[in-house]
Amino acid sequence: MDNINISGAKVYGYIGPDIPGLGRFPLSETLIVSWIVMLIITLLCIYLTHNMKVEKISRRQALAEWLVEAANKFVIGNMGPGFAYFVPFVAALFSLSVFSNLIGLLGVRSPTADLNTEAGWAIVVFVIITAQKIKAGGFGGYLLGFTKPIPLLTPFNVLSELSTPISMACRHFGNILSGIVINGLIYAALATASSELFGLIPGVVGKVLSTIPILDVGIPAILSFYFDWFTGVMQAYIFCMLTTMYIANAAEG
Amino acid sequence: MDLLAKGIALMGCAIGAGLALIAGIGPGIGEGNAVAKALEAIGRQPECKSSVTSTMLLGCAVAETTGIYGFVTGLLLIFAAPGMFMDYLA
Repeated sequence: MDNINISGAKVYGYIGPDIPGLGRFPLSETLIVSWIVMLIITLLCIYLTHNMKVEKISRRQALAEWLVEAANKFVIGNMGPGFAYFVPFVAALFSLSVFSNLIGLLGVRSPTADLNTEAGWAIVVFVIITAQKIKAGGFGGYLLGFTKPIPLLTPFNVLSELSTPISMACRHFGNILSGIVINGLIYAALATASSELFGLIPGVVGKVLSTIPILDVGIPAILSFYFDWFTGVMQAYIFCMLTTMYIANAAEG
Repeated sequence: MDLLAKGIALMGCAIGAGLALIAGIGPGIGEGNAVAKALEAIGRQPECKSSVTSTMLLGCAVAETTGIYGFVTGLLLIFAAPGMFMDYLA
């Protein structure tokens, strides 16, 4: 049971001045991996879009055009042609989420396994939703919207408004973290099982084999396919889908 | 006495985490129903397969939220709450 290690993001150090009440700025694993993810996405964008041509396009440019078309189709299909200016935002959110989820496959801790990351995204989306509501109905109309359909329901409307970003953040976070927790448990369980199983072989062979977690090879990959690949891409899709839907609903007023 | 208080706090956290995971039942039943209905719809109209599947996955992910709340609560009770209680009782 000693080899089960489920922990939060490591903190490597602190920078900046000591702010009273908040302390110094922690330089956590989440922050560093997030910057690596941003660097990867930026370099990928530069690689995909440099040296573009009108005719005789390369395979690289075809991929870039396909990605842009997919993003356009997704946003315009869900929100309508009036919201084409949200394409870069939603595409950035999607790529950030997908790369953050999948970088966990390289052995580092996913930034999305930290609630702070998703909370940041959800707050950005919440601000956009509120801005769209105010834009659609004016500030008075936005406040009046809470008293509908009857003024008695105002507290519940405020609660449901606030629960939007919380549920968006917790959904993404919980899915990614549950994958990490289950993978950790499976690895530990298989290591114990293989050490017990090969310990049954008598003599030196059994002692040598029981120190190597042989069952850990291959079997966790099947689970990893679901928990890392499927959940990772699925949650990014869900997050972007909900973002577009909430924004479109808010703009309708 | 101090040890007893700590023990009771830890026991409460563990039992609470177990109870929080009961929240997994609801999404399980709900998603099962959603998938069953989607299969019926695909069986009736196989040409709608892609749109039915994507809508079903979205609905499943939204229905999963309550289960995820239970999971996050359970994790907090296991990893965060005992430390808080120990600080409080110390």
